[in-house]
Amino acid sequence: MKFPLYLDYSATTPVDPRVAEKMCACLTPDGVFGNPASRSHPFGWEAEKLVDQARADVAALVNANPKEIVWTSGATESDNLAIKGAAHFYQKKGKHIITLKTEHKAVLDTCRQLEREGFEVSYLDVRDDGLLDLDAFRDAIREDTILASVMHVNNEIGVIQDIESIGNICRENKIIFHVDAAQSPGKVEIDLERLPVDLMSFSAHKIYGPKGIGALYVQRKPRVRIEAQMHGGGHERGMRSGTLATHQIVGMGEAFRIAREEMASENERLFALRQRLWDGFKDMEEVYINGDLEHRIAGNLNVSFNFVEGESLMMALKDMAVSSGSACTSASLEPSYVLRALGRSDELAHSSLRFTMGRFTTAEEVDYVIAEVRKQVERLRELSPLWDMFKDGVDLSTVQWAAH
Amino acid sequence: MAYSDKVIEHYENPRNVGTLDKDASNVGTGMVGAPACGDVMRLQIQVNDDGVIEDAKFKTYGCGSAIASSSLLTEWVKGKTLDEARAIKNTEIAEELALPPVKVHCSVLAEDAIKAAIEDLHGKQAD
Repeated sequence: MKFPLYLDYSATTPVDPRVAEKMCACLTPDGVFGNPASRSHPFGWEAEKLVDQARADVAALVNANPKEIVWTSGATESDNLAIKGAAHFYQKKGKHIITLKTEHKAVLDTCRQLEREGFEVSYLDVRDDGLLDLDAFRDAIREDTILASVMHVNNEIGVIQDIESIGNICRENKIIFHVDAAQSPGKVEIDLERLPVDLMSFSAHKIYGPKGIGALYVQRKPRVRIEAQMHGGGHERGMRSGTLATHQIVGMGEAFRIAREEMASENERLFALRQRLWDGFKDMEEVYINGDLEHRIAGNLNVSFNFVEGESLMMALKDMAVSSGSACTSASLEPSYVLRALGRSDELAHSSLRFTMGRFTTAEEVDYVIAEVRKQVERLRELSPLWDMFKDGVDLSTVQWAAH
Repeated sequence: MAYSDKVIEHYENPRNVGTLDKDASNVGTGMVGAPACGDVMRLQIQVNDDGVIEDAKFKTYGCGSAIASSSLLTEWVKGKTLDEARAIKNTEIAEELALPPVKVHCSVLAEDAIKAAIEDLHGKQAD
């Protein structure tokens, strides 16, 4: 085993060596370094060919037409382009937008910005399993609703929203539907030919590609219009100007190509590892899974170890990289807004750890994690006055705390 | 966030973890913080007949800095009179542990804990 162990694949993934190799061939003088927009010489033509191949590979994984793929700098930019772009284009039809409280900040903060511009946004609660209640979604729709943005896979708890049903409701009500799919390609089957989705954001670095590159799917039939946010040379059919980063694009294409080939076996393997990890924890006292376990990507396990604070647990697990919903891990001192939106108590949100496994995680690593987590949870519980009280049968919800 | 060596040292080898008899007349218990805020500190002190703290114990639910702050505090209060212990300032704890600004509240909690423990003791002795 190579320490520290990496169990934070939802934060980012290493670039697959096969991807890195292809990228390196697009940089140096003897590589394909040309500007794909150069039409007058082979340097440009060669680069354009690679970009076209990458576009086809990205489109193939999600069963879209390559012409529907717009390159961006990452999922954050894609979210901004989709939401602001559609809101601005369709604002004459209405100014109401629907999204979820558990969305990524790239969606939430973009919506906040639109609120400042005069749009109205409904931020919907989710059920305690993290999934959207379709009736609540229907109820939130108004005459002037123009856009809904719902994430496919949640970054913290890994739950998979039913985007097909949500999209159908959007279609019935003539609402543009954007899906933030930063976390889902290669983990969940995506068939955009069939799915009622108008706009979908992708990222490369969550799927063993490089950071700094992403894409936005913009549906052609029926055609969805967005207003460009980046102006310049009119690249990407005017939707996103800027010289195409050939090496990044090639990396994303190769990452998506590999994912298409390997996702079935990889997900099966990850599912077994996740099962192994949870089997290692589930007989412990006061351990809770956050989010639905069934509608969830294979590599994610988000667990609260009650009466142990998440950051101190991470500090104890010093030879492994995990993340926590604990407030102490953020500058704001607020615990995870995602876990709170599930109705989890602040205590359980503070006590959560997120393990995300991926392509290079092994069973041996998982076994090490189980043993180490059990040991450290036990140690920290010995240090915890809350554990003492729990063991003495005190109901913590009845205690008058001196909050600060 | 990177922790100072002193925080890590206290976190890995916390001093004086445990429980004293909260009903004893010479034991004062201070419990501060709230689970919802992510930290709860329980500090107990035991005084001798001369009003000197002869033993101190803590248990803390919280981040590494909160655990280190309470561990350090138990070291500091032992052998001190109640007045001396009451005079301990959170800034001294923060300085000793080199706490970053976002963790200063952990030292505030420790100061609150010793004050609460002394108050509890006074309450008992006034009875």
